[in-house]
Amino acid sequence: MKLTDLVVNEAVIVKLEGAKRNEVIEELLDALVAAGRVDTGNRDDYLKAIIKREKRGSTGFGHGVAVPHAKAESIDQISVAIGLCADGVDFNALDQQPVHAVFLLLSPEDRPEDHLDAMEAIFGSLSQEQFRRFLFQAQSIDDVMTLLDEHDKSQATR
Amino acid sequence: MQEARVTIQNKLGLHARPATAFVTVAQEFQSSITVRRSDADELIDGKSIMMLMMLGATKGTELVICTEGSDDTEAIKALVQLVMSNFDEE
Repeated sequence: MKLTDLVVNEAVIVKLEGAKRNEVIEELLDALVAAGRVDTGNRDDYLKAIIKREKRGSTGFGHGVAVPHAKAESIDQISVAIGLCADGVDFNALDQQPVHAVFLLLSPEDRPEDHLDAMEAIFGSLSQEQFRRFLFQAQSIDDVMTLLDEHDKSQATR
Repeated sequence: MQEARVTIQNKLGLHARPATAFVTVAQEFQSSITVRRSDADELIDGKSIMMLMMLGATKGTELVICTEGSDDTEAIKALVQLVMSNFDEE
């Protein structure tokens, strides 16, 4: 699965306004609503589901990245929003470090294989130190999309 | 060194929650723990959740778990048991 197919261009925020976990999740979800990937009517339910998931165990998996996510019946296409925050957000991460990049992932309930494929693609990039370094430094949506595209291409030639 | 093959049986596969559970158990042991898909050569660190998520292990995927160290027998036992319990999922 390609990152450039998963990530919604209009839902990339290089300077998150929120400074707290829930604010950031809300901001990214609203970006997906604005991009037409999430129905306004479902927004509050998804927000609740994502935060509930986060409370059960942080998706701040370390190295300054977090991947909050939810599965929902009414989602028909996997959608990822990305938010960056130079100052760092407290996600109660496993390594207790602040989070600088948040990948918010919504996937269809009935396709667990696709969800895992998407996670595989996301962590394939986030587990690379160099990828994270460039991502944290991105100043524009173009910077982010170029980085994702380069990663996709490097995977394709493996 | 201890080695075991296990098949992921829960419906949702090795998603974030079971992967977190795996890492939590793995980290209790001194032994080094590596995991690979039985259909691939790439070894990943069983104590890193990011690495585990990169396996993309869906239901039916066979994994090879390797433990090496002073407590490798206990470690492999605990990890196999965890996978066999379907991580307390369907």
